[in-house]
Amino acid sequence: MSRYLARRLLTAVPTLLAISMVIFAVLDLAPGDPTGALPETIRPEVRQMIREAMGLDKPMHIKYLLWLRQFFWNEPIGLLESALGIEIGDSESRLRITSWGSRGTPVFDLIAQRVPQTLWVVGLAYLISVLIAVPVGVISAVRQYSVFDQLGTLFSLIGYSVPTFFTGLLLIIVFSVNLNWLPSIYDTNLEVRDWRSLVAQLRQMAMPVTVLAFFQTAALVRFTRSSMLDNLTQDYVRTVKAKGFRERYVVIRHILRNSLIPVITLVALGVPTIFSGAIITEQIFRVNGLGALLISSIQVNDIPMIQTVTFIFAVLIVIFNLIADIIYGVLDPRIRYA
Amino acid sequence: MSDMKKLTRSTFRAPVVVLLLAAMVALLASCAAPAETDTAAPAEPEVKELTILYWQAASLPGPFLSGGTKDQDAGAVTLEPLASVDPDGVLVPRLAAAIPTIENGGVSEDGLTITWTLQEGLLWSDGTPMTADDAVFTWEYCTHPETGCASVDTYDGVVSVEAPDDTTVVVTFDKFTPYPYTAFVTAQSPIISRTQFGECVGAAAQACSEQNLAPLGTGAYRLTDFKVNDVATYERNPHYRGEPAYFDRVIFKGGGDAASAARAVLETGEADYAWNLQVEPQILAEMEAKGQGEIIVAFDSLVERLLVNQTNPDEALGDDRSEYLDGTNPHPFLVGTPVAQAMSMAIDRSVIAENLYGFAGQPVCNVIPGPKHYVSTANDGCLVQDIDGANALLDEAGIVDTDGDGVREYNGMPLSVRYQTSTNSVRQKTQAVIKQWWAEIGIETELLNHDASVFFGGDPNSPDTYQKFYTDIQMYTTGPSIDPQIHLSQWQCQYIPERANSWAGGNIFRGCDPEYDELFQMLVETPVGPERERLVKTLNDMNVQAGMQIPLVYRGRVAARTNSLQGVWINGWDTELWNVGDWAREE
Repeated sequence: MSRYLARRLLTAVPTLLAISMVIFAVLDLAPGDPTGALPETIRPEVRQMIREAMGLDKPMHIKYLLWLRQFFWNEPIGLLESALGIEIGDSESRLRITSWGSRGTPVFDLIAQRVPQTLWVVGLAYLISVLIAVPVGVISAVRQYSVFDQLGTLFSLIGYSVPTFFTGLLLIIVFSVNLNWLPSIYDTNLEVRDWRSLVAQLRQMAMPVTVLAFFQTAALVRFTRSSMLDNLTQDYVRTVKAKGFRERYVVIRHILRNSLIPVITLVALGVPTIFSGAIITEQIFRVNGLGALLISSIQVNDIPMIQTVTFIFAVLIVIFNLIADIIYGVLDPRIRYA
Repeated sequence: MSDMKKLTRSTFRAPVVVLLLAAMVALLASCAAPAETDTAAPAEPEVKELTILYWQAASLPGPFLSGGTKDQDAGAVTLEPLASVDPDGVLVPRLAAAIPTIENGGVSEDGLTITWTLQEGLLWSDGTPMTADDAVFTWEYCTHPETGCASVDTYDGVVSVEAPDDTTVVVTFDKFTPYPYTAFVTAQSPIISRTQFGECVGAAAQACSEQNLAPLGTGAYRLTDFKVNDVATYERNPHYRGEPAYFDRVIFKGGGDAASAARAVLETGEADYAWNLQVEPQILAEMEAKGQGEIIVAFDSLVERLLVNQTNPDEALGDDRSEYLDGTNPHPFLVGTPVAQAMSMAIDRSVIAENLYGFAGQPVCNVIPGPKHYVSTANDGCLVQDIDGANALLDEAGIVDTDGDGVREYNGMPLSVRYQTSTNSVRQKTQAVIKQWWAEIGIETELLNHDASVFFGGDPNSPDTYQKFYTDIQMYTTGPSIDPQIHLSQWQCQYIPERANSWAGGNIFRGCDPEYDELFQMLVETPVGPERERLVKTLNDMNVQAGMQIPLVYRGRVAARTNSLQGVWINGWDTELWNVGDWAREE
């Protein structure tokens, strides 16, 4: 197992390097100019000066190597320094990756500012959707074609096929405009300190979380249901039933455990999407998460930011793929890695 | 089998699901409830809060390192210039005690220096004194080539900024400058503190992230927190020179889209002010009809206009089409005839402005539409459509339809024009209605549109750019800055775009009038005052009356404010938040 792990981790390195190169090349070759968002009244010479101040005129391979050095060397050391409160070498002159859109602001500071909101909103929605989807999927499968199953199928089809920008808008119009119950603007200054602010936080999270949970639940319910159905007809189920065990015991101890293996893999593979945020939902409700950060950086051609955020997503995807594989091996004794 | 079914039912009475659903409902219910508990709660001192929505979030508070309007405006809540420009285009002192003029001796007779006097006892928002030296520093900071300052053109022609004493700022220009109110005027050119930014000049500006995100200001509010691309928070500035501001807190929230920003002000009342509402006029009107707020529009100088090609764009001429060729290539029927005038008379500008631009447009007859004191009244006749008059004008000039095909001829040449613009639904609708009106006066029109990135892209290899102007008529928006001199300079003979100068130059319609050039030279030597105003109006009239440009719609920027918010005076010439310190809530 540990050899397998080591091999997987080692192969991840060239994979990630290749990914970072592709991201960098695509962004560098794409048309677009970070000074393009400036008002038209700013003259071309001034734009050129701004570009030079950003270091935009350097050749691509230099910019790439510089970024690699900053990402894999300067930033971790900086993190270590601030965590341990020590100083390693000449920390003053060690360049950090800085944003172009907000000139001079370190990219990692901005990401750190955004992660909590994303985890709160998107993460909670993901958790809720797993908590709802698994039981609903199980019941739907066990009581196939019952009213519950039909309703479940109906809702999951709606949830799956209606885009989040539509449900989001619908909820805003119903709950903010007409009923005036919930805020449509996410207050990112809100700190949860007491009951009052907790309630405020729950109120402002209610709509984005519902929108996201609705969408994600739909997909998971279908998957759990079909995975359960596959197992229900298996020989071992008949054997266990023939032994005279109670239905609940059969379903929970035998069928569910086996059918959850692919579901858990799917859930693990979906975790990186929590971090990449729900771009559209965050935009609609003005949640300042990672998705909103990415989209606003794309709008102003803030390449260091796009590059770094996209690459972090790539790292997460590689890591969670590995985790999913390992979990799979742990849960399913038939699978052994060597 | 029936036993099995029974078992299944009893086992799965879905306790988990029911519980979860119940929890969700409880959550929603608890969300709905606080509406009542909020009002019933024991009187906690109410925080007076102003929420401003910008659907483009600010990246930095201030115009220097990130020159977007959003950044400039986020800075303008706390940073101040020496003077602002009010919505009528009149200078208003901010940090300065008064506006320097030639009469009060603040502007030298030779037009080379302007001397500003600061108000006494100014303090930065941390309580340290603000002096003339900070203005000197701001100039050094912004003009340092490695700073990459987006406001550097406000210092054009400035050779030095000096501070002979703590309250005197002397700006010296390289030549006679008729309009010296460029440096340190408007939100594009505010003053920052030397104590705070002293180490951040040049390349170091990038590394000063801490300072860049928390600049000291002198305004009615001071910045307390800035979340990049998200929200800026301000509080009342205790060191402000004037009356303390009304609000305890100002929230400058970014992100989302224009329509939801409008909704938040006009329908849900969650925000007090929303900026730049590029939303379909009908949708905005519906939201406004709910009665919670009001749509307001800032007009500066943008005029959607038709440019009338003064040279011959005939394809048969090959490379010589739309070339001025020292005046030997005039347009066959648009120069020296009343055709352009008739085309202008046939247009109903109110129909275009009201139906296609909505709140954001007004009919206009001048190419210099503001500030007020520069606006001519000589052309106002164009506000009323006059198709009969246009027909009569053409008949009188002997330009009639000789072959009965519905299109008039001039010297045997049918009045058939090609009319191009950028691809944009409002522009295509404008083209379509104008084509119809022109058909009514016997002019045939072929409509063309090009993608904006091509049309405005300036690629010298593309035939479809507005600079090359290979059609008879084209349409787009442009306009002067607060002082129209630079804009008017573009219409001199020397700025005609042609092959020889790779189509650089702003005289896009290719009109040349030596009299115009002569009058323009007078303008350059005339300081601000009634004489300058007269000259600007004359230059505007010459251009419009010669039929070189046909103004259509005066375009504004739309914003929304909630009804209870008082003191908003939306400004096209300076930031919309120029007087945010005076905003208050009606009690």
